[in-house]
Amino acid sequence: MSVVEGIKENPVEEFLRTDRLPHVWCSGCGIGTTVNCFARAVKECGIPLNDLAIVSGIGCTGRVAGYLRLDSFHTTHGRAIAFATGLHLANPELKVVVYSGDGDLVGIGGNHFIHAARRNLDITVILINNFTYAMTGGQVTPTAPLDSIETTTPYGVFEQNFNLPHLAASCGAVYVARWTAYHVMQVKKAMVEALNKKGFSFIEIIAPCPTIYLRRNRLGSAIDELKYYKEHSVIQHGADTRDVGIDIRRPEKIIVGKFVDIEKPDYLTAMNEHLGEVLGDKYVRWGE
Amino acid sequence: MAEIKYTTADPKGVLTGIHYMDGNHAACEGALAAGCRFAAGYPITPSTEVVERFSARIPLVGGVFIQMEDEIASSICLQGAVWAGLKAMTVTSGPGISLMQEHIGLAACLETPCVFVNVQRGGPSTGLPTLPGQADMQQCRWGSHGDYEVIALSPSTVQESFDFIIDAFNLAEIYRVPVFFMMDECVGHMTEKLVIPEADKIKVVERRYTSKPPEEYLPFKPDPDLVPEMVKAGDGYRFHVTGLTHDERGYPVINAQAQKEMVYRLVEKVEKNAPKIWRYEEDEVEDADVVVLSYGISARVALKAIEMAREKGIRVGRMRLIVVWPFPEPRVKEIASKVKAIVVPELNIRGQVAREVERIVEGTCRVVRVPHAGGTVHDPQEILDAIMEAAK
Ligand SMILES: Cc1ncc(C[n+]2csc(CCOP(=O)(O)OP(=O)(O)O)c2C)c(N)n1
Ligand code: SF4
Ligand SMILES: [Mg+2]
Repeated sequence: MSVVEGIKENPVEEFLRTDRLPHVWCSGCGIGTTVNCFARAVKECGIPLNDLAIVSGIGCTGRVAGYLRLDSFHTTHGRAIAFATGLHLANPELKVVVYSGDGDLVGIGGNHFIHAARRNLDITVILINNFTYAMTGGQVTPTAPLDSIETTTPYGVFEQNFNLPHLAASCGAVYVARWTAYHVMQVKKAMVEALNKKGFSFIEIIAPCPTIYLRRNRLGSAIDELKYYKEHSVIQHGADTRDVGIDIRRPEKIIVGKFVDIEKPDYLTAMNEHLGEVLGDKYVRWGE
Repeated sequence: MAEIKYTTADPKGVLTGIHYMDGNHAACEGALAAGCRFAAGYPITPSTEVVERFSARIPLVGGVFIQMEDEIASSICLQGAVWAGLKAMTVTSGPGISLMQEHIGLAACLETPCVFVNVQRGGPSTGLPTLPGQADMQQCRWGSHGDYEVIALSPSTVQESFDFIIDAFNLAEIYRVPVFFMMDECVGHMTEKLVIPEADKIKVVERRYTSKPPEEYLPFKPDPDLVPEMVKAGDGYRFHVTGLTHDERGYPVINAQAQKEMVYRLVEKVEKNAPKIWRYEEDEVEDADVVVLSYGISARVALKAIEMAREKGIRVGRMRLIVVWPFPEPRVKEIASKVKAIVVPELNIRGQVAREVERIVEGTCRVVRVPHAGGTVHDPQEILDAIMEAAK
C-alpha cells in the first residue's frame, strides 16, 4: 500500500487515510494484505461508510484503525473490545469492528474477548495471528505454538497455546472463521459475512511476520510462508473447532474455513426482550 | 468557537421531590439528572449502590447499564459510549480505581468528557472495604502515567452528592477532561434529606459539538479556551483518535515537538481555566487567626471543632474545597498572608492536600496537618487541639 511511482489509482484508496501513507508495516508483513481485503469488504458489505467504526488496541496490528478512513479509535493494549462495547451499546446503529493482534486480543485482552463472545455483542472481531508480540520485538503470545523461539522463550515455547476458533465458539460467538493471509478472496468474503452477521463474529487470520517471527524461527521469507499456507491449508467448513488447534510450528495441515455460523439473539436484542417482558410499558426500549 | 450551551435537565431522568436516601443513591440520581445515560461498572464496596440504582433506573429512563468483567473494562467501555454520543460514568473504589488508571490517562489524552466516581475507602490494597478514607486525592490527580490535569470535586453531604455530580458532568463537557467525583464511604452511606428540584431548575451543559463541515474540522484544534470541539462516531466526520501523542488532525506524531504541544495544552486547558473551575466555600475567613481548610467528610467533621474553638474565643475561619483539583492557589495564598496558620484535617496520613497548601503558602503562615489513617472520621477534639495549637 505504500505510494508506488506510476500507479495512479488504488481501488481501495477511498477507504484509506492516504495522507498517512507510507504506513509503518514492514515489507512482506501480512497485516497490510488483510487491510486490503478489509477495504474491499467494506466496499462490498453494503454498510454505509458513516455507520462503520473501527477500534484497535496496541501493536503492529493495532495500527490498522489509523489507516482506515472510518471513524477510528486507537485505544489501549488489550482493551479495544471493551471500548467497542461502549461504542456499540451507546449507538447500536453503528457497525463496530475490532481489528487487533493476537497478543492484544487474547493475551492482555483475553478477559474482554471471552466476555464479549459470551454476551454475543453485535460486533466483529478480526484478529491477526502472527504468533508473536511483534511490535515489542517478538515475545511469546498465548497463540505461539510449541517450540516457537521468541525473545522471552529463547529455548522454545513449552506452554500450551490457545485454539482461537474453539475459544471463540465455546464462549458463544455466532460466526467463527479462520483463514490465512494467502486466502485473500476468502478473507474478504468472510469479512463481508462477518460485517453482516448479527452478533459476535470472529475471524482469525494467520499472517506472516517476516521481520520477527519468521526470521527468528528460521521459517524463511514472507513468500515462503505464503507458499506454506497455500500448500498446507485444508479447507474444512463446519469443522469441529476442537480439532483446529495449531499446536506446533509448521504443522502438516492448517484447518481453515468457516466453522460456525449460527443464529442467536445478540446482547441488545436479549436486553430489550427481557426488560420489555419484565417491565412492560415502563421500559424505554434502547436502540430500536 | 463552539458556544458552551446550557440547557435544562431532561425531566425523564429527574426524580423531583423530597427524598431520604444515602449519598450513593443521590449520586446516581444526580448523574441521571445531569443527562448520564450510560454507566459501566464492576461491584466494589462501598460504591456499588450507585450502579445498583443505575441498573434499576436506566431502563425506565432510556439508556444502558452494563456490568463489565472488571474495572479496566469499565473505565474504557464508558469512553466508547461517550464517543458514540452519550454522557457516561463509571463508579468504583480503592482497588477498582487503581485498575482504571491507564484509562484515566486515555480519557485525558483523547479528551473524553466523562465522570469517574470514587467512593473512597481505606487503603492500600484491599484495605478497609467498608470504612472511609480520603487517601486517593493525589492518585486522582496524577495517578496515570504522563503529564495531564483533571478536575476533582468532593461532596460533604447527600444533597451535595446529587448537586455536585451534576456539576461534575457539566465540567467534563466544558473542558473535555475526566472529572473525578471524590466521595468517601461516610458520605456514600449516610442517609439524609435530599431535595431534587424540578428538571427545568437543573442546569445541564451540552457537548461541544462542532458545527464545522467534515472538510474543515480538525479533531484536536483547540478553541481559544484551549478545548477542542468534538464530534461523535456515525456523524460522517470519519475522524481518528489515538492514545499516541497526536497533532490537531488526531494523527500520531512521535516527536518532542508534538509532545510538547499536546501535553502543554492538556495541562493548560485546566490551569488557565481554573478560575472558572474553582468552587469553594468560606466563612469568617476575613478576620481569622486560623483557617481550617478541608474537603469532603472531613470538612463536615471540622465544623464541630470550629464551633468549639469559636466558643473558646479563637478566631477561626473555614475554607471548604468543593473542587479540590485544580487547587485554588491564589485564594489560599491570600489567606495565608493574613492568618497565623492553616489547619488541614484529612483522612490520609501523608497530607495529600496539606502538602499542596504547604507548597503554595511557601512559609507565609504555618500549615498544621491533622492526619488520620482512615477507617473512621476524626474526633473533633483532634481538630480542635490542632486549631488551639495553631492559634498560639
Ligand atoms: C498495558 C501495556 N502493556 C504493554 C504494552 C507494550 N506492547 C505494545 S504492543 C505489544 C504487543 C502487541 O502484540 P500483538 O497484539 O500480537 O500485535 P502485533 O504487534 O503482533 O501485531 C505490547 C506488549 C502496552 N502498550 N501496554
Ligand atoms: S514487525 Fe512483523 S508484524 Fe510488525 S510490521 Fe513488521 S512484519 Fe508486520
Ligand atoms: Mg501478534
